[in-house]
Amino acid sequence: MTNLLLLQVLNGVQFGILLFLVAAGLTLIFGIMDLINLAHGVLYMVGAYLTATFTALTGDFFLGLALALPAALVFGIVLERLVFRQLYDRDHLEQVLATFGLILVLNEGVLMIWGAAPISVPIPEILSGSIPLVGPLRYPVFRIVIIAAGLLTALGLWFLVSRTRVGMLLRAGASNAPMVSALGVDVKRLFMLVFGLGAMLAGFAGAMVAPILSVEPGMGNNVLILTFVVIVIGGIGSIRGAFVAALLVGLVDTVGRTFGPILLQKVLDPSAASQTGRTLAPMLIYIMMAIVLFARPSGLFPKKGGA
Amino acid sequence: MKDTDTAPAGARTPRLAGRGALIGALVLFAIFAVLPFAAHAAGDPFFIVTATRIIVFAIAALSLDLILGYGAIVSFGHAAFMGIGAYSVAILATHGIGDVLVQALVAVLASALFALVTGAISLRTKGVYFIMITLAFGQMAYFFMVSLSAYGGDDGLTLYDRSTLFGAPLLDGDIGLYYAALAVLVGAFFLLRAVVASRFGRVLRGTRDNRVRMQAIGFSPYPYQLTAYVLAGAIAGLAGVLLANQTEFVSPAYMTWQRSGELIVMVVLGGMGTLTGAIAGAVGFLMLEEILSSLWVHWHIVFGALLVLIVLYTRGGLAGLAGRVFGGRRR
Amino acid sequence: MRSTVAFAAGLLAASFLAGPAAAQDDSLKVGLMLTLSGPPAVLGEQAKNGFMLALDDMGGKLGGLETEVVTVDDQLKPDVAANEARALVERDGADFVVGPIFSNILQAIAKPVTDAGAFLISPNAGTSNFAGAQCNENLFVSSYQNDQVHEVLGKHAQDKGYKRLFLMAPNYQAGKDSLAGFKHSYKGEVVSELFTPLGQLDFSAELAQIAALQPDAVFVFMPGGMGVNLVKQYRQAGLDSIPFLSAFTVDETTLPAQQDAALGFFGGANWAPNLDNEKSKAFVAAYEAKYGAVPGTYAMQAYDAAQMIDSAIKAAGGDLSDKDAIRAGLAAADFQSLRGDFKLGPNHYPIQDFYLVKVAKRADGKYETQIEEKVFDDYQDNYAAECPM
Repeated sequence: MTNLLLLQVLNGVQFGILLFLVAAGLTLIFGIMDLINLAHGVLYMVGAYLTATFTALTGDFFLGLALALPAALVFGIVLERLVFRQLYDRDHLEQVLATFGLILVLNEGVLMIWGAAPISVPIPEILSGSIPLVGPLRYPVFRIVIIAAGLLTALGLWFLVSRTRVGMLLRAGASNAPMVSALGVDVKRLFMLVFGLGAMLAGFAGAMVAPILSVEPGMGNNVLILTFVVIVIGGIGSIRGAFVAALLVGLVDTVGRTFGPILLQKVLDPSAASQTGRTLAPMLIYIMMAIVLFARPSGLFPKKGGA
Repeated sequence: MKDTDTAPAGARTPRLAGRGALIGALVLFAIFAVLPFAAHAAGDPFFIVTATRIIVFAIAALSLDLILGYGAIVSFGHAAFMGIGAYSVAILATHGIGDVLVQALVAVLASALFALVTGAISLRTKGVYFIMITLAFGQMAYFFMVSLSAYGGDDGLTLYDRSTLFGAPLLDGDIGLYYAALAVLVGAFFLLRAVVASRFGRVLRGTRDNRVRMQAIGFSPYPYQLTAYVLAGAIAGLAGVLLANQTEFVSPAYMTWQRSGELIVMVVLGGMGTLTGAIAGAVGFLMLEEILSSLWVHWHIVFGALLVLIVLYTRGGLAGLAGRVFGGRRR
Repeated sequence: MRSTVAFAAGLLAASFLAGPAAAQDDSLKVGLMLTLSGPPAVLGEQAKNGFMLALDDMGGKLGGLETEVVTVDDQLKPDVAANEARALVERDGADFVVGPIFSNILQAIAKPVTDAGAFLISPNAGTSNFAGAQCNENLFVSSYQNDQVHEVLGKHAQDKGYKRLFLMAPNYQAGKDSLAGFKHSYKGEVVSELFTPLGQLDFSAELAQIAALQPDAVFVFMPGGMGVNLVKQYRQAGLDSIPFLSAFTVDETTLPAQQDAALGFFGGANWAPNLDNEKSKAFVAAYEAKYGAVPGTYAMQAYDAAQMIDSAIKAAGGDLSDKDAIRAGLAAADFQSLRGDFKLGPNHYPIQDFYLVKVAKRADGKYETQIEEKVFDDYQDNYAAECPM
């Protein structure tokens, strides 16, 4: 039982880390440019497809990843110039409409280019296999790599935002863009970079899941909703909030799914417990979000002051 | 963040001022009224079925426009109300209750109750947080129906007979159902128009434009917004009753977040806060879907690109466009 | 009020009299209603390709009639499907509708298609209600009854003498039916029965439980992308020593993504690409040449659906208006099925053989399921007796 709990906690953390990678970019873009980007999940999908393609071309996952990341960055910047740049000063609902349209275009585009069938990315040899944990339980190496990569990214982002000059500009740009602009900073370019960075982070998440998940058109849609849950629970614009909320969502979903029914069996008879557990399991994170927002209407780490 | 968040466009321009919107709606209703004759004359009587579907979604979009366009409350769980309405019909029908008045009453009460409970909680939050909490409640309703095996679960439930009125199968024919739906649409339009013009509506709009000012002059927005939310939920539930009758089938798929998103897209596409825009948006959205999907398998790409272009190059959706074409240069 | 009612009734009568005028001509119209968008599009494409290949093989004619095919994407939305189905039969005058892929869509389109007097032939979904009490004289199934594939694995587990089984399926109706079907023929102990949220991406939580419980074998039903994810993760978790029995989880639509991870995993089917019969071999070769992929059962069943229509029209002497003759012709199923032995029961569901299939890599590097052993011979579903027809 304890072993299982340990394993589930690890799994929850790993799932949370993945959500964080996608959510970090979304919350940055949302917090700094005040842009609701529904197409963020699509960037995650594009990252996975680019990785799959470059891995197949080069025959090596790491080379594929190294090529896919700049490609995702470029893709993000191109999208920014073509579409998003013109959406910054629009109201949120127009942004929703336009980015919803973009989802349709990109999902269908991926379907046309790569076909409807899911495609495969093999796990690189040195990261395959599993290591013993406790007792008979083992844990896949690749998942440990995902956790490590996510933690490093989180650390890097924290450093970038709170310890560098670019980060300072970002924070300033978020609270008062015209002022920063008046001080001679090219806000347009700053926004473009942030958007590209966000796209690359989402693409990185897509690349990391490509070997363990099915790479298919529309794979970004479910992730999109979960990431919105994450950034809203965390408080929009807060990287720290996104990190905490992502882990929370990952853990509640993974651990709750397994141990919810077990706990329910203590108070209900087995068949009722199983039925209730089955009904509640998919709702868990939504229930959690409703509770969090009920108690803290602006999320766990609300931005002070606002803009 | 913009604190007005979701209000925006409505606050900037009263595009298609009152009379224009009314004329637009009357023209649409007139077209709807003669449509079955035109469809027959054109040798395409089947078009009535498509048109019924459009009207059903127009009703739902209309109800969403009340809270979205006039209250700046963006519900991302609006499809749940339609689903509750549809399931009211199918569940009552499986227990032998086929009268449309009973079904509609249950549907309206059930969706209003759901709106009251979820709205009371959700309205504590604002802006994007509100969007997401309504999404959460929508998802809960969706997953609840998925796991409800007794009524088909995910496979859905076939409605073997359409609803009756005092035992008469009035809705059995496509024409009967079509005019019933049209009557509901017209009724809902004038009801909501009256609501919006009333003192209640002025408070609602006042809150949308400047919440702080309304609070300063002594209005607490909460009960007004909650009432509007419940009213919108009830009307969407009524649309669900019609949807169940039109497809003769209900399914949790009616309640997905994608469907809620489509309803928002319809309202924004048509132009928020005009009521007429919501109807035009539903017509535009579904007709585009209908036409494009018959032309090309990969029609989503064209559809999506059109949505992007509409946002980039027209301000205020179809109604904004119409307002500028017919109403001179306002902007 | 009364005059309005009378008016509506009049219009109604007029619309009935006008009727399906478009349908009355010599050529044959077939509507294909499949899921062609979103992730499950790959299943719909297989079925579409299979049907079109059959049509090509028969020179573009079914039953000797010039055949026009109208393809519609149901988008996996039941309300869209119900409308499109009505449009196919009422507006376009389709004589036959072939579809759908998914069970919930079948529920939505069965009534509108059969009410209009057209024939519905399902090349994949075969729900229990239409096999049993709600069987329909105009509904035919060229695939199987949904439970049967799961029963194959249950029977196999029973025959193998597995004592402790771990079962898992998505939390929706088909998932519940799946486990019920499996337990219909497996009588041993079920150590755990798990339902995962539909569309779940990450199975680490479930795999951890499997590792902890160490069952004799695992049975899963994870269609589409879920199956791809599960199979890859199952292999990575180092659980390969536990036999992996599955339904709709490893097949020709998912293998291109699962590849080596699925090797040696078991499934159940009514056919596999390596079935030893001349017609089937020719079909597989032609399909691969034309579409560049290995056909799965979806393609095979759609191919047979086309043959079924062809044989029925021939039986009716090419007269599309003679519905009774066509119905009898469909029920007779007088054609050479790609799967060899094939006939229809009184409920219009197939009576056929079922096999245990195993994933293998062919010499040319492509992956396919291959027949391991026959599990059921001339097998009929469990609901046929409830059908009043």
